[in-house]
Amino acid sequence: MKKGLFAFLTTAPLLFLSGCESKLVVFDPQGPVARSITELINWSLIWMLLVVVVVFGLFGYIVWKYREKKDNLDYEPPDEHGSTVLEIIWTAIPILIVVALTIPTVKTLYALEEVPQGYEDKEPITIHVTSADWKWIFSYPEEGIETVNYVNIPADTPILFKLTSASTMQSFWVPALGGQKYTMGKMETEMYLIADYPGSYEGQNTNFNGRGYADMKFEVLAQTRSEYDKWVQEVKETAPKLTEEEYEELLKPTHLGRLTFSNTHLDWVNHADHNSKTYTHPELYRGHGYQGKIFEEEDNYRNKTSDDIDEHDHQEDTEHGGDHSGH
Amino acid sequence: MSSKIDYSLPLEYQTEQNRLNILGFWIFLGAEIVLFATLFGVYGVLYQRYAGGPTHQDIIMIKDVLIQTVLLLTSSFTMGIAIFEMRRQQLKGLIFWLVITLLLGAGFLFMEINEFIHYVHLGATMQTSAFLSSLFVLLGTHGAHVTFGIIWAIMVIIQLLRRGLTPTTARKTFIIGLYWHFLDVVWIFIFTFVYLKGMVG
Amino acid sequence: MGIKWDEFFITGDPLILGSQIAIVLTMVGIVAGVTYLKKWKWLWSEWITTVDHKRIGIMYIISGVLMFFRGGMDGLLMKAQTSRPEMEFLDAQHYNEIFTTHGVIMILFMAMPMLIGIMNVVVPLQIGARDVAFPQLNALSFWLFFGGAMLFNISFVIGGSPDAGWTSYFPLAGKEFSPGIGNNYYAVALQIAGIGTLLSGINFVVTILKMRTKGMTLMKMPMFTWTSFIASVIIIAAFPIFTVALALMTFDRLYGAHFFTLSGGGLDMLWANLFWLWGHPEVYILVLPAFGIYSEIISTFSRKTLFGYKSMVLSILIIALLSMVVWVHHFYTMGSGPAVNSIFSITTMAIAVPTGIKIFNWLFTMRKGRIKMTNAMLWSLAFVPCFIIGGVTGVMLGMGAADYQYHNTLFLVAHFHYTIIPGVVFAVFAALYYWWPKMFGFTLNEKIGRWHFWLFVIGFNATFMPMFFLGLDGAVRRSYTYSVESGFAPLFLVSALGSVILALGFIAFCYNIYWSIRHADRNITGDPWNARTLEWATASPVQPYNFAKLPEVDGLDPFWKMKKNNQGLTIKDSEIKEIHMPSNSGLPFIMGVAFGVAGFFLVFEWHIAAAIAAIGIIAGLIYRSFDYDEGYHIPVDEIKETESKWRNVEGEVHNYVK
Repeated sequence: MKKGLFAFLTTAPLLFLSGCESKLVVFDPQGPVARSITELINWSLIWMLLVVVVVFGLFGYIVWKYREKKDNLDYEPPDEHGSTVLEIIWTAIPILIVVALTIPTVKTLYALEEVPQGYEDKEPITIHVTSADWKWIFSYPEEGIETVNYVNIPADTPILFKLTSASTMQSFWVPALGGQKYTMGKMETEMYLIADYPGSYEGQNTNFNGRGYADMKFEVLAQTRSEYDKWVQEVKETAPKLTEEEYEELLKPTHLGRLTFSNTHLDWVNHADHNSKTYTHPELYRGHGYQGKIFEEEDNYRNKTSDDIDEHDHQEDTEHGGDHSGH
Repeated sequence: MSSKIDYSLPLEYQTEQNRLNILGFWIFLGAEIVLFATLFGVYGVLYQRYAGGPTHQDIIMIKDVLIQTVLLLTSSFTMGIAIFEMRRQQLKGLIFWLVITLLLGAGFLFMEINEFIHYVHLGATMQTSAFLSSLFVLLGTHGAHVTFGIIWAIMVIIQLLRRGLTPTTARKTFIIGLYWHFLDVVWIFIFTFVYLKGMVG
Repeated sequence: MGIKWDEFFITGDPLILGSQIAIVLTMVGIVAGVTYLKKWKWLWSEWITTVDHKRIGIMYIISGVLMFFRGGMDGLLMKAQTSRPEMEFLDAQHYNEIFTTHGVIMILFMAMPMLIGIMNVVVPLQIGARDVAFPQLNALSFWLFFGGAMLFNISFVIGGSPDAGWTSYFPLAGKEFSPGIGNNYYAVALQIAGIGTLLSGINFVVTILKMRTKGMTLMKMPMFTWTSFIASVIIIAAFPIFTVALALMTFDRLYGAHFFTLSGGGLDMLWANLFWLWGHPEVYILVLPAFGIYSEIISTFSRKTLFGYKSMVLSILIIALLSMVVWVHHFYTMGSGPAVNSIFSITTMAIAVPTGIKIFNWLFTMRKGRIKMTNAMLWSLAFVPCFIIGGVTGVMLGMGAADYQYHNTLFLVAHFHYTIIPGVVFAVFAALYYWWPKMFGFTLNEKIGRWHFWLFVIGFNATFMPMFFLGLDGAVRRSYTYSVESGFAPLFLVSALGSVILALGFIAFCYNIYWSIRHADRNITGDPWNARTLEWATASPVQPYNFAKLPEVDGLDPFWKMKKNNQGLTIKDSEIKEIHMPSNSGLPFIMGVAFGVAGFFLVFEWHIAAAIAAIGIIAGLIYRSFDYDEGYHIPVDEIKETESKWRNVEGEVHNYVK
């Protein structure tokens, strides 16, 4: 009876390893950053498999050999309290395994903060990522363009993503290219990603942030350098300009398709700034159920200071109505 | 659980249940230390996040705070005398010093409420900034403890008046004494890390 | 403060309407049933007002089973929704509410009461005490927990369920993004239950430190008592942090403070830190007593003393210390820098070492033993391989750099279900099968128990094993749906089918309880398993005063030695003395109600009503301060009668293990 479970459990880790051969996205890295993590994971899998095999084997052997049978009912187990030697052994070996795992972990942790090895001479491209409910905004400050829900990058070039959030805490993840990092309001986190070859990779938010969470996906399109340059040029020439009002509208909790602009919102606000205005709309999050008190926040963008109003009062009375409330 | 009385020990330690209660209270104080440590930690993280609102130097009234400190420190001393009187089996002295302690505590509380009112008049409320949120909650938690301590001590005094000094009332008095000293220690940290550090900037 | 009645009850969802009707019918049914059977007085005087640790423990366990049902329903609904791609069974909002309540209920209102319940029943018996140090406080702990649990549970029909995840990360959980009162339930209900838990922790520390019977030094305590002790210490060290975090959340949400908000200089990362400073030790509060349960059961059914007792104790202490310094591994991806992540990677992986020691000690306890495959033992055996999988994936997740690829995916979800279910739920089942006769005087049926075991274990593996692979393929947690193109569909379906098998296992367990209550053999001894520790040295079910004469101890496995040497098993009439017992009290129940009512008003932000209800709490405390009830004494004759009843049973007595 015990056997069925046992067989199942011993095959489980084998299934687990077979992940390396099939195309599970984590085991199919498309860039040096993701590759370094995958190597670390494979290294850990070897050790963990060793642990599983040894302990499962020992477990199966002991349980099988010493189970109560009809013919050993008069066997009286010895009075045994422990064994210092054995206990030292099974303390020391795990420590060694932990050390074997720690060294590459620490190395990788440090390496992930830098431009990946071998790409030090290539000029990285900086892209600001702003997450909002429920969309991704990508700003290219050097090129002066902005995209929503997709990001084009040149292949084989390090990209420095500067991450922040206009709303909740979210997580930026392109599993084929590298690990993830949180985006947080009034904070900036950074990470480097590189795509080896041109191709399309899926990215998404992994940190739950309300109703629209499941749809917070974006496409990373890696292009050849010349295609990428052509795309930038095209956007600069053809895409519309983003206005501050449009941007405020864009930050409301909605699902949008892809958008492209020939300027960036960094011209008037960078949400990574500690003192930047807060762009929140609590009234738009009223779901079902009993509603509590909402507080007026002084640093909300709608409480414009007097010079703000002077600057913008011609455009002030554009659309603020409409039904944007959620479900 | 036995109600055996061991006369060789101080009154508050004479029964087994009393010894359990006192140990339990010490452990409770351990939990309180973690609670206040967390609040100090929160304050330590947020204390420079003024969000454009008033800073320490804008609001702190150091003279009032000094008076508060003196009141509370003295009350801790008088609480010590009260427990000393209890050990000497002097019910009257015990109650006298307990009342003095409570008056000092009430004085402290009065000044702290005044301080809060002053802050609010300056436009510094809990809603203004993260710094002020953490300040009000840290001070407020301490103040709430003092308030609770005063109400509790009044209950104990009533019981002392009714029942005199028994192992049970002695234990209750001893425990409120521990509690009071603890609040005093917390205040010393508040005084140092909130007010003095805040004034220095 | 006008009351918005139209928002008060949740309407418009057939599932919720169904639950509302079911709740009303159940409540009417319970009231009618108790009235018909004329059991109100019995319920009040024997259970609601009880201060007996065994009855309080049983009430904890019953609540835990009920909450298991609620949390399990939530889990099944989630599995139904994700069984097929682009399923339209639940909408995003409903799914968000369900996974939030699933997490909170399973951890805080299922696992915690189950383990605290078992601790309540077993610890005083194991240390040879007559009760816990503060029996009335113990009752208060229970009623606070119960009040908090009930408050949390009504959220989905009245006012709206919390929907920001069981971690309730800010700013999402703040008013800026969740203006409904759902998350107030989280802040207030968990606060009430948390205070109860903290009081339990203090109670058990004092009990174990001061009330051990003669001869039982610290290093002669049974392993379950040790783990309960350390878990209680962790409770005292960790729960005040949660108390503060929840209080600050309450200030943010109810009074517009700026601790964790996006505006006003608040810091969302502070919440994550505070939450996990409590949250990580919390999982060790759960798993340590479970380790203790396994130690007792493996030793009993291998007929051997626990292998490496000292290293077992040492490893619990190390686990407890490490549990306090690993919290950052829940958010390596927050960008704290490689140095911080490296340190926390090391501390996290280091936990594998003491845990490994424990696993090997259990294995070597069984070696050279005679392993009796009872249900309790089967659960303990199944724990080892399942928990190893949870453990090794835990080490993998603990490696900071690798975690960047696992974080917030189903790989993580699979990992923590592989630690918590074998680590806690299996232990609870094992403990219930093992100690059931001690609590009720009859054993659970072994045959039905086998169904329970196999369905549950197979269902568990089928549910969560696929999630490892889904996670590695990029499936994220908490997502209510996924596309056809993602290719996740087959594994999600396997997982959903697994959860059905898991649920069947739970149904088998409930049926087993029902069957055993109706038909099980009542004629059993105090020691049906041929066990080793003191709780088996007295009657089953245990008499109110536990031990007529407190036993004396001079080593580990004291009851085993008593049986071997035939010493101290009988009692002479002259040894029986009057026993002092604490009186029952209705105050803890009333306090629990007062807390619940005040909490309810606070949730709805009706501050004046909440303040009035809070006066009730203060009044309760004052009443308690003036309460000089000294308890009562059980007369010698009554003890003699009770003792002779279980010691000199007429006819055949059934031992299940010889």
